[in-house]
Amino acid sequence: MALDTETSGRPSPAAPDASAPAIELRGISKSFGPVQANKDISIRVMPGTIHGIIGENGAGKSTLMSILYGFYKADAGEIFINGQKTEIPDSQAAIRAGIGMVFQHFKLVENFTVLENVILGVEDGPMLRPSLSKARSALKSLAKEYELNVDPDAVIQDLSVGHQQRVEILKALYRQAQILILDEPTGVLTPAEADQLFRILARLKEEGKTIVLITHKLREIMDTTDTVSVMRRGEMTATVTTAGTSPEELAELMVGRKVLLEIDKKPAKPGKRVLEVENLRVVDSAGVERLKGVSLHVAAGEILGIAGVAGNGQTELLEVLGGIQKGTGTVRINGEEIDLSGKYSDARTRRHRGIAHVPEDRQREGLIMDFFAWENSCFGYHDDPAYNRGLLTDNDAIRRDAEKKIEKYDIRPTNCWQTAKNFSGGNQQKLVVAREMERDPELLLVGQPTRGVDIGAIEFIHRQIIALRDAGRAVLLVSVELDEIMSMSDRIAVMFDGRIMGERLPSETDERELGLLMAGVDSVPDGVSEAEAIERNLDRAARGS
Amino acid sequence: MDTMPKWADVLLVPLISILIAFFFSGLVILAIGENPVEAIGVMIEGSLTSSYGWGYTLYYTTNFIFTGLAVSVAFQARMFNIGGEGQAMIGGLGVALVCLAIPWPHWTLALPSALLGGALFGALWAAIPAYLQAARGSHIVITTIMFNFIAFSVLNYLLVNVLKPQGSMDPASATFPPGAELPRFSEILGIFGIPFSSAPPVNVSFFVAILACFLVWLLMWRTRLGYEIRAFGHSQTGAVYAGISPFRITMIAMLISGGLAGAMAINNVMGESQRLVMNAVEGAGFIGIAVALMGRSHPVGVFLAALLFGFLYQGGAELSLWTNIPRELIVVIQALVILFTGALDNMVRMPVERAFLARKRRQERKPSPKPERKPAE
Repeated sequence: MALDTETSGRPSPAAPDASAPAIELRGISKSFGPVQANKDISIRVMPGTIHGIIGENGAGKSTLMSILYGFYKADAGEIFINGQKTEIPDSQAAIRAGIGMVFQHFKLVENFTVLENVILGVEDGPMLRPSLSKARSALKSLAKEYELNVDPDAVIQDLSVGHQQRVEILKALYRQAQILILDEPTGVLTPAEADQLFRILARLKEEGKTIVLITHKLREIMDTTDTVSVMRRGEMTATVTTAGTSPEELAELMVGRKVLLEIDKKPAKPGKRVLEVENLRVVDSAGVERLKGVSLHVAAGEILGIAGVAGNGQTELLEVLGGIQKGTGTVRINGEEIDLSGKYSDARTRRHRGIAHVPEDRQREGLIMDFFAWENSCFGYHDDPAYNRGLLTDNDAIRRDAEKKIEKYDIRPTNCWQTAKNFSGGNQQKLVVAREMERDPELLLVGQPTRGVDIGAIEFIHRQIIALRDAGRAVLLVSVELDEIMSMSDRIAVMFDGRIMGERLPSETDERELGLLMAGVDSVPDGVSEAEAIERNLDRAARGS
Repeated sequence: MDTMPKWADVLLVPLISILIAFFFSGLVILAIGENPVEAIGVMIEGSLTSSYGWGYTLYYTTNFIFTGLAVSVAFQARMFNIGGEGQAMIGGLGVALVCLAIPWPHWTLALPSALLGGALFGALWAAIPAYLQAARGSHIVITTIMFNFIAFSVLNYLLVNVLKPQGSMDPASATFPPGAELPRFSEILGIFGIPFSSAPPVNVSFFVAILACFLVWLLMWRTRLGYEIRAFGHSQTGAVYAGISPFRITMIAMLISGGLAGAMAINNVMGESQRLVMNAVEGAGFIGIAVALMGRSHPVGVFLAALLFGFLYQGGAELSLWTNIPRELIVVIQALVILFTGALDNMVRMPVERAFLARKRRQERKPSPKPERKPAE
């Protein structure tokens, strides 16, 4: 070890050893209190390749990359960049070492222009003008080289999410990044935008850049990467070449057992209409209209899936139906109108009307994280006489009920005296699903049922939702995972910019068509490519809101 | 993943914090040229070794239980009620008005009525900031603290201009009728033949305070309302999801909080001075914040913390009486206790957690030693 020439974040660019891996991690370990996020992890990523890191939420992918980017300090282990041992105590050192990172949640100043964002932190002097003009010409050449077209004078908040992501990539490239790390980059993109992103990545790879792609989507890994590492519970379980593996094998490596990727379901037998929504509008506290006249219906015994990129009104739709937000329009349950803005527009009344709600954000809404599992098991239904004895709550009854749910839904740990925060994402979600489904509701609202949920629990939750449907209940499913929508839904409605863009049957549509609808494109005008039509539309929507 | 047993969380950590606070208090006493060992001796002797000392300690404790509970209930809904002082002041007005209203025949009738009057006035005083928070979003910390000043001015005006008996030079109300006099410990314990000093003002209100502890516990952990208050405190978005009205919970939690602070007046106004005087609360409203912090907003913790602060208050009074240590120094000691138990809680908690974690790991390792890796040869 003494022979290693240690540098602080600056591998000498004079001697780039072509055979040396661009990134090599040796024995990286990191724990947060009792939780070991990374256990003795070693990987090698060769220059000019796209390396995927796949794993379920909480497997330690983001922690590992945060160590590489200098956000966390590893408890043990070494980092080698281009064959040189490199200490990365902070992100400045990472940038000096040629590492750029595109975070899941962008780190852009919303009311700055693209140029201003690009030079932020790397200004050449106290005056901005020289830096700005230098960046302008740099962006021009980068745009030409990698098809990274963005208007340099546009203000960030007027750009579509896909374009904002490009700005993040440009920022990294402007800082001379040779290694680009992307953390769940497609979570907020339409399929077409994701394809565009992957084209850009392929281009970057051709130019010799090294790319690390963190994701939980098997398809992206299979389509774009050269090699892939699988993480499970903080450990690196395998590193394989993508060409030599299959989605099934990767899924098994991720979960540690065989999983069914396909959902097994019988055709729906829709009955009478349970939910009817007409011209539903929601205006948020800032005065922005989030739902612009939504009409839809869900029948008994069917699942209506709402597809769309996050932030196009799906959240508001669920919240107004669940009694969390107020709105205007007409909503009927079994033919009876419900109060949307008055005294009885609260969630409690909705539950009495037979509407159960598995919310999008279980940690902020669906559960009280500091409450015990048994306290959470009646949350929202705590005024039920079964849980009360006169003035006092019947805690024994609640606990008995919770234990039943824990057993039936296979929630682990099985101890109802654990606080919700001590359960894994999947088990937290099962806790919510158990509570809402056991009420046998007329209508179940489900938002992002499998976000941050391990594959094993995904299977289980999907089966429960379908079982509820088969029992003749209506289900309104909102998800940003197109795969989930396509495999679960009996009908699909696509939302864009607060409106329903169209309805399709899963058997008669494909990802491309849904992707266009998700970008608000009904039909592609003559003489315009699909990608251009999408781009125009998204930018227009971003400026509008 | 619970890192340490519950007893360590609720007892060991505060205890270590208190010891550290006392250690630094000792340094301060050393710095002003006095003997800290002698000082602690005087404090213990003056507050815990005689029925006289205990009488005063428990009298202060009673005040702090009421105000500590008041802050706790509001804090369960994550509202920081800094206005206990003002609510207790106005509660005193309520108690005084009830006591002066009629010539009460017996304290058993006067006490519940005065309790109701004090709680009602305290609750109403808290209702205004509560409404401003619930309906207008004005921050409760700002409004409650401003209402302390308003309460002081209102009381000042009323005592000087309205309640002061004709001809009196003292800004205080008339003395309460004898039927509104609460039995002190010397009388209560006298029934059982236990001698107790008749000088200290500790009275039957102490038992009312303990009853209040039990009722607050019952409310928070055994009723729907308490469940809703706690849920709202942990997550407002969660509460709305569950159909709990933020407006309703904000109002109710603050009314209960103000009521508890106002109820304190049965001890200091009715039990001790027997008339309403200026500054009857003597900062108990603010001590209540420290008591609630240290007691982790749990009635049992509040009781124990109130006892500690009662000891500090009485011990501090003794210090200034028998040593050259000024009374103000007790404020320093109290501040250090608050600093270490409240603000610097994690400073003690983290190392203790780590110690328990290390012990747990060692114990896990013992029965099942890790399989050795095959030596690479």
